[in-house]
Amino acid sequence: MTTTLTRPSTRHPESGRLAPRRRIRPARGAGVLVLGCALLAGLAAASLVVGVADISVAGVLAGGPERDVLLVSRLPRTLALMLAGAGLAVAGLIMQLLTRNVFVEPSTAGTLDFASLGLLACALLWPDAPVWTRMTLATLAALAGTGLFLRMLRAVPVRDVLLVPLLGLMLGGVVGAFTTFFAYRTDLLQSLGAWTTGDFSAVLAGRFELLWVAGALVLVAGFVADRFTVAGMGESFTTNLGLDYRRTMALGLTVVAVVSATVVVTVGALPFLGLVVPNIVRAIVGDNARRAVPLVALLGAGMVMGCDLIARLVIHPFEMPIGTVMGVLGALAFLVILLGRRGPRVR
Amino acid sequence: MIVTEHLQGAYGDTIVVDDVSIAVPRGGVTALVGPNGAGKSTLLALVSRLMGPRAGTVTVDGLDVTTTPSDALARRLAILKQDNHLSVRLTVEELVAFGRYPHSHGRLTASDHDHVRRAMGYLDLEPLAGRFLDELSGGQRQRAFVAMVLAQDTDYILLDEPLNNLDMAHAVRMMSQLRAAADDLGRTIVIVLHDLNAAAAYADHMVAMKDGRVAAAGTVADLMREDLLSAVFDLPVRVLDVDGVKLARYYGVPVASTTSA
Repeated sequence: MTTTLTRPSTRHPESGRLAPRRRIRPARGAGVLVLGCALLAGLAAASLVVGVADISVAGVLAGGPERDVLLVSRLPRTLALMLAGAGLAVAGLIMQLLTRNVFVEPSTAGTLDFASLGLLACALLWPDAPVWTRMTLATLAALAGTGLFLRMLRAVPVRDVLLVPLLGLMLGGVVGAFTTFFAYRTDLLQSLGAWTTGDFSAVLAGRFELLWVAGALVLVAGFVADRFTVAGMGESFTTNLGLDYRRTMALGLTVVAVVSATVVVTVGALPFLGLVVPNIVRAIVGDNARRAVPLVALLGAGMVMGCDLIARLVIHPFEMPIGTVMGVLGALAFLVILLGRRGPRVR
Repeated sequence: MIVTEHLQGAYGDTIVVDDVSIAVPRGGVTALVGPNGAGKSTLLALVSRLMGPRAGTVTVDGLDVTTTPSDALARRLAILKQDNHLSVRLTVEELVAFGRYPHSHGRLTASDHDHVRRAMGYLDLEPLAGRFLDELSGGQRQRAFVAMVLAQDTDYILLDEPLNNLDMAHAVRMMSQLRAAADDLGRTIVIVLHDLNAAAAYADHMVAMKDGRVAAAGTVADLMREDLLSAVFDLPVRVLDVDGVKLARYYGVPVASTTSA
């Protein structure tokens, strides 16, 4: 029998925020940002160098095949990693603020599953659709799915923080099963696999540029960050401060849906990223989105790049899909966050 | 001046505020009192456009709150509901700075920083400025929320039971700070209070509500009457004069004693 014990404190039972035992001064955010940039630069350099073909600075400067490897394969892959990582991590932060729940992100709210469903529908109804059309359909499906998730949350007043992502995972599971069934019946299982498991090995120049949309949305999110923080305080705070709550929610969810769709279309789903990264950043600088967005983007990019390097190195010269590495590492990090959070505990 | 005319508010089919017509004068402290479920919080939500009225109107300095742009209203009127549980992890200073959002939209100017500093100083929050809200006691958090609405620098401040979570010393300090905000800064404060004696000691005007309607409205002296309070609260209430302040006694009052008053 599982019992929920609430500590005798004034802390709100619904806020399962991850909080550090000792206080970290928010001013440290700047230091972390500089450190993060340096680390990211190092990872990017490694990502450019690691691969089957060896490339050297001299070789690239001399032109020829080494320059082609860099410009056609390595550089696009590195950029794609950064853009997808930053985009999904920021999408996770926005979702957590808007749903006021630290365990919600595009993969625990059904968003990614709905995006896959949209892609499947497009592949069935309009097989030769241009990439922008496919992305638009995936975005619409992701938007509709996330809207449905939020509607479910309103209809079922969930008291426990953990039930919210559980509800999202179940919704995603149902939609995923539906999608798999039709993909199976129409011989599209292989395409479905590409959407649901992140993999950067096929990224080449000309096949990742859609991800710049995710990058642009990260900038937009940084620009309107304060609105998301305000919305995260709840409807009455938002109205009191003169912001339209519904419009802010709609703006945030649109950013989340577009980012999710672009990532699923180009490289496939990256599980747990949007969950782990914002929670780590929250522990350091808190939730003020204006402060958190740059750090979340940086850490998201770095984490995806690190996981991709692992995926490229463990069975070198072959590769594992990055989605597998992220699934394992992300699930571990999720567990650490779950067990380490203060406030109400489930035992 | 806040004026409501035949204001009606409902949740679904349940009418919780009915036919409320009151005028809250500019300046001073107005206390809303009444038993649980009397509609005090709903009235505050209707006045501050957190809830749309089912019938009737609310105007603040002549502006209809349902039609005036929300951001314009946010520079005139601030509301703090009771039971504020933020799941967003913010420091005290960040929270208070968000009170400036209607003015600065997030890009804080030097004058915004002044307002933030003053509001924090007013509620003795400087030592806690860098602390996260989830690391504070309930009382400290409550002070941070009040500082946020003070930083909003509005003529009207609506507070729903701000004394919740505060011990006696902090409750007294909070009330005297609000009184000072009205006297020194010229704010108009409308406050829902459960403690009749806090209302009697600090307010200028009182509005007593019962069953969604206004039972009585007037000065503190008008309302601190035994027959009136006993009827509003369905409880024998004795009113005593202590050092020139009318205080209500309701604990341990025998039922018979009110009839003789």
